[in-house]
Amino acid sequence: MQRSFIARNPSVLIFLALLALFTLIVTVLAEGSGIGIISTSFVKTLGKTLCLCLVAVAMDLIWGFTGILSLGHFAFFGLGGYMIGMWLMYERTRLIVVDSLAQAEIPPTSSEVVDAIGNQIFGVVGSSEFPLIWAVADSLFLQLVLVVLVPGLLALVFGWLAFRSRVTGVYLSILTQAMTLALALYLFQNDSGLRGNNGLSGLQNLPGVSAPQSVVSLWFFWASACALGLGYILAAWLVSGKFGWVIRGIRDNEARVRFLGYSVELYKLVVFTLTAMIAGIAGALYYPQAGIINPAEIAPIASIYLAVWVAIGGRGRLYGAIIGAAIVSLLSTWFTGGQAPDIPLGFYTVKWVDWWLVLLGLSFVAVTLFAPKGMGGLVDLWTQRRAPNRHGADLGPDAGSLREQEAET
Amino acid sequence: MIRLFLAGLAIALSGMVASAQESALQPVLQEHRDLIAKSSRMTISPAIDAIATSGAPQAQEMLEQWAEKNIWMRKSDGLFFIGEKVDAKTYALSDIDTGRMIAEVAKSEIKQLKPNSGVRAMIHTALVQFQLSDPNPSKRQDALTSIARDPEASLLAPLRRSIDGEVDKDLRAQKKRLERLLTIGYDEDTNARVAAIEEMSGDLGVDVRATLNPLLATTRDVAIGDVPQDRNIARTLTPGTDELSVRDAYALLVSKDLAPPLTTRDDMRAALAANIDGGRVGSVPVAQLSTDEARTRAYAALAADGTVSALVTDADVQRAVASHVFFETYIDPSAEVTTAAANALKTIGAKVGVNQALDLTLDALSLASIYFLAAIGLAITFGVMGVINMAHGEFIMMGAYTGYVVQQVIPDHTVSILVAIPLAFAVTFAAGVAMERLVIRWLYSRPLETLLATFGISIALQQLAKNIFGTQARPLTSPGWLDGAWVINDVVSISYIRIAIFILAFVFLAIFLFIMKRTRLGLETRAVTQNPRMAASMGINPGRVNMLTFGLGSGIAGVAGVAIGLFAKVTSELGSDYIVQSFMTVVVGGVGNIWGTLAGAAMIGFLQKGIEWFNPSNTLAAQTYMIVFIIIFIQFRPRGIIALKGRAAGD
Amino acid sequence: MNFLKSTLAGSVVFASLAGAALAADDTIKVGVLHSLSGTMAISETTLKDTMLMLIDQQNAKGGLLGKQLEAVVVDPASDWPLFAEKARELLTVHEVDVIFGNWTSVSRKSVLPVIEELNGLLFYPVQYEGEESSKNVFYTGAAPNQQAIPATDYFLDELGVKKFALLGTDYVYPRTTNNILESYLKGKGIADDDIFVNYTPFGHSDWSKIVADVVALGADGKKVGVISTINGDANIGFYKELAAAGVSADDIPVIAFSVGEEELAGLDTSNLVGHLAAWNYFQSAESDANAEFVETWKATMGEDRVTNDPMEAHYIGFNMWVNAATAAGSTEVDAVRAEMYGQEYPNLTGGTAVMLPNHHLAKPVLIGEIQDDGQFDIISQTSEVPGDAWTDFLPESAVLKSDWKELGCGMYNTETKTCVQTLSNY
Repeated sequence: MQRSFIARNPSVLIFLALLALFTLIVTVLAEGSGIGIISTSFVKTLGKTLCLCLVAVAMDLIWGFTGILSLGHFAFFGLGGYMIGMWLMYERTRLIVVDSLAQAEIPPTSSEVVDAIGNQIFGVVGSSEFPLIWAVADSLFLQLVLVVLVPGLLALVFGWLAFRSRVTGVYLSILTQAMTLALALYLFQNDSGLRGNNGLSGLQNLPGVSAPQSVVSLWFFWASACALGLGYILAAWLVSGKFGWVIRGIRDNEARVRFLGYSVELYKLVVFTLTAMIAGIAGALYYPQAGIINPAEIAPIASIYLAVWVAIGGRGRLYGAIIGAAIVSLLSTWFTGGQAPDIPLGFYTVKWVDWWLVLLGLSFVAVTLFAPKGMGGLVDLWTQRRAPNRHGADLGPDAGSLREQEAET
Repeated sequence: MIRLFLAGLAIALSGMVASAQESALQPVLQEHRDLIAKSSRMTISPAIDAIATSGAPQAQEMLEQWAEKNIWMRKSDGLFFIGEKVDAKTYALSDIDTGRMIAEVAKSEIKQLKPNSGVRAMIHTALVQFQLSDPNPSKRQDALTSIARDPEASLLAPLRRSIDGEVDKDLRAQKKRLERLLTIGYDEDTNARVAAIEEMSGDLGVDVRATLNPLLATTRDVAIGDVPQDRNIARTLTPGTDELSVRDAYALLVSKDLAPPLTTRDDMRAALAANIDGGRVGSVPVAQLSTDEARTRAYAALAADGTVSALVTDADVQRAVASHVFFETYIDPSAEVTTAAANALKTIGAKVGVNQALDLTLDALSLASIYFLAAIGLAITFGVMGVINMAHGEFIMMGAYTGYVVQQVIPDHTVSILVAIPLAFAVTFAAGVAMERLVIRWLYSRPLETLLATFGISIALQQLAKNIFGTQARPLTSPGWLDGAWVINDVVSISYIRIAIFILAFVFLAIFLFIMKRTRLGLETRAVTQNPRMAASMGINPGRVNMLTFGLGSGIAGVAGVAIGLFAKVTSELGSDYIVQSFMTVVVGGVGNIWGTLAGAAMIGFLQKGIEWFNPSNTLAAQTYMIVFIIIFIQFRPRGIIALKGRAAGD
Repeated sequence: MNFLKSTLAGSVVFASLAGAALAADDTIKVGVLHSLSGTMAISETTLKDTMLMLIDQQNAKGGLLGKQLEAVVVDPASDWPLFAEKARELLTVHEVDVIFGNWTSVSRKSVLPVIEELNGLLFYPVQYEGEESSKNVFYTGAAPNQQAIPATDYFLDELGVKKFALLGTDYVYPRTTNNILESYLKGKGIADDDIFVNYTPFGHSDWSKIVADVVALGADGKKVGVISTINGDANIGFYKELAAAGVSADDIPVIAFSVGEEELAGLDTSNLVGHLAAWNYFQSAESDANAEFVETWKATMGEDRVTNDPMEAHYIGFNMWVNAATAAGSTEVDAVRAEMYGQEYPNLTGGTAVMLPNHHLAKPVLIGEIQDDGQFDIISQTSEVPGDAWTDFLPESAVLKSDWKELGCGMYNTETKTCVQTLSNY
């Protein structure tokens, strides 16, 4: 089975090999291993990019393969980050508090320790009580479980409600966007108990670990690479089997799949929940590298960017999503970071900090209009694969998808 | 007499040569020079009193100038003058007493007196006695405003005296009303007060409530045995109920020294820490003190030794609370007045409740009209044509910026708005047509991709706006006749600008209905949306119709932008603030039906205001729960409030 | 133009050093970490320009320790995680000796772990909520006791306000400030019922209900005052609604902590005359130093530009850093820090700012009334108030003290006499 799976998906091996090679090169050249050609901050950037690639794979599964344009997957990504962030903050603060209270004349009671931790964490936002959602923040294991459970559960409930009432297409997109907005607004409130606008910070400092950031950044880089590799294999395995055919079928013609006796809602729900969980894991790896998570990360625009990456990279093929996420997010960093050289036109100097978003927006329009297959489409040219002529432009990015004229009949 | 003597002394001491007329003000001012120069509300009152009672004819003028920040002190000798700006660095000083121009001096030689708003209020109060019968009606109005702001017992008599001489009808009414209010607050005669209260008991004014409420101020007290009969009791309180918790009751006892204070955990820890003796506290080893139980034990041991006061137990608290009665007394001793006031407030309270509901309704209507205005363009492009235009918000923004640019060119606000509205329509119409021709028409069969492509346009437009206009909010000022608010009473009011938006929303509703139902374009649009091929075979050019319809929707968004910019702000992010809400408005209402959009906007507006009313301290929560509600609503009515039925619903 | 200036400045130094070789890479690098894009760009770009102007001026004066100063400007794009990344880049890749930067609290919290890990030096120029003290940060903006508390005192004493509406944008600065103020007001005998608190989202525009609520507070017959920590754009809608409702500053005064000259530029202020703001600096302050500062700023940036409080904070911070480095004879962080304590530099508003061992400044507090030309009329100016990292009005932080000079601790519990932590709480 495994052999045939790989035989059917040669891209998996190529991708894994490239990922391994990339990881090795970065590791050797990183500051943490002595050579220091790649600075710690760049290792972090690369590690974060890998996490973004992972969430892009999830996005590709739900959008490129199942045809549900979810504008909420970055919310799941953020939730994962929040879940791990809670433990990181709690534990780091606990160590500090226990240390400091140990110097007091009278040994602290356990409730005094908890109070002091609460005071440290929430003192910044003008409160000192632990809200209920921090109930298990002291346990790494439980919080890790929550990393997948919370996004998964939210996706399950939301998906069940939405799919059950047959909300589809654009409506579903708007609905997921509304969900994201509601979640972001909720987290913005101080009363949500997750420190409001400030969010959770100092996440790069692992509690009890004294290794320098140059080393810690490598650990996370490796973890992100592993997660991406595993995520890719999982996604490739899913879409290569019968499951993959059914969800593609749902994308191309939901009604026909339903008439064939498949429970469309169930398939959708499984994909939606699973991808939410993958996004949660990606977020949990991303935010300790970023150092801070706050509600602005969850804003609806982030989820739309995610869709942009996948579209530019090429929907309906997993490596497309990864190419898109990696290239666009790295380019964004490069352009907005002020490193790109300005272009003096004589009468006006094009500053990329100002014009990058314009360029991105327009290139996005161009991709949708002229290259619906995205950058991944270049691979087709290279492999000389040509789609048979099936009357009119295709409606989806995949070779098997419905054609314009077929749809109208 | 003494004052005069002192003033004379001050002059002698400071060695100044002054024409010591009896009515000269400068000596009075000099006497209080430090206070006046400092101008603090806490200390200024003797100085103001001295000026007001000096009897000098120019006292009123001086006080008025002072409140206007026109009095300056010469640094060299500390004399006060009325200063008038000559140019940025030079001021002309005139004598306060004679009003004669003395000299033009450099600004650095003099110091401006800057009475703050608190001091200005006191000056105005002092001015009341001069102004109440001033021939100039605007000054009399000033006096009344001042009384209304800072009512005082001493103002009642002069106010009453001035009523008869008042010729201006409006001012006379105001004076009478103020007289009633002051009577309630300060008259010596209880019956007069009660009569005044009853007279005012139907009035909705904030000032009436502001007069009545303080009469009902209470203090909490406690007594052993029975409630004392000689006090004006508001109510007795039962400890352990909502009105008074046992803990609060005990705290009250502690504050009255009727019970020993509770030992807090911090106190206990401090006491334990202070009594560590050879690694033990009260025979408990320090290392074991990490539980509450062990701490209590150690503390009890200390208490038994008499080193610390004994712990107050729950039983102690209960016993102490049970042996006292708790009650609230009115500060005002007269029971008749407080009863009358309470009754009057009850009457007013019921009325206020109704009016608040009315005000909330107006607010909700206004919010709904704003949402509707933002969404009506979308109701055309998305609702009728089925095109997802994520750049709709940016069209709103473009309209707002058009308004701003027009205002830069045409300074007259009324004219500029009249120019801006059609211009905004033209600009966004053109932008919409261009977008439809260049992008959207290629994507009619791929709605999800329209969403993404228009999103790309949206971020590009937003960034372009930032590049052109900067990130700073730009002012878009409404014409003067839209300033202010329509005040129905002190509770219900709505600003004119919101009324204008409300009207505008309905105008657009009418225009929309007219175009869709009564014009050829509307007919063709409906035909093209229902069946493009059939429409085409009837001789309609679907491309042209789509283009015009999209342009129309975009143009309306531009006009909405001008309106929204007028009432809020013009920034590059203006559009993105409204886009999600606009889509929700259309989706909730039911796609393809303008009445649905109207219903959707109304529902969202009322819902948001309703949630805000429940939780006034957190507007963000209101927005959050509103969205959650909409999500749930759509689950149960996926086609919106007004769902199209039959063939028109399409799929 | 800037290029010309620095070249000119360079040649002057060159001449004065009489031929001493000035290698191009032999410069002292100053990091500037302000957002040049995104939502905060509007406020922070001004501060970047201020820093460039100050560095130019210093270079024209001969630089520092015989070397020229070189500004390294990066753009964290109003993206909070990016602040941490850019700070790391500044310290490790560009190896700057000092960083001037940040505006929002959350961006500061994001940067803190990096600065502390790499032992950098940050000058933070904006008024903030306090409750923090980092060994590596000098806070040149106001702590709550240098802005919020004096402003509240002004309300209580000078305006006789008895009932308070605390309106704020829902984020950490208003939350903490309002928390401190609530506690402070209760200590002053203001009842719970007389404090109305409301939080609105960033960029809020629908203010009619809130303004109506505030007006309705007056029904008690107590004078109502509004303390506003509303941030940025949202102020425009708020003040417009206030003006529309005809709320005069004499009836319900509004004092704002986040509204300065820059924000008023987006507003027609004729209806707002008399409302207040509390800062440590106003452009209208009358002193020779300020006149010169404003003039240079307008000459560099354009006649219609205004100066504001965080700019003054950078002005003081930068000059103190220059003096401390000169005294230390080096720009090495620990040496400069040791020299920073007790540094004095004249304020633009008159008087002298002093750097305290808790990394805060002693500065005067000014209260200004809005005028119809968009400027403030300063009606109250206190003597220098020492900044307090940990507020005295919250029980948990009243026992805490920051003293990096004597105690070497930013979070010292005076009750248990222990240092809670030497890193800051982020």
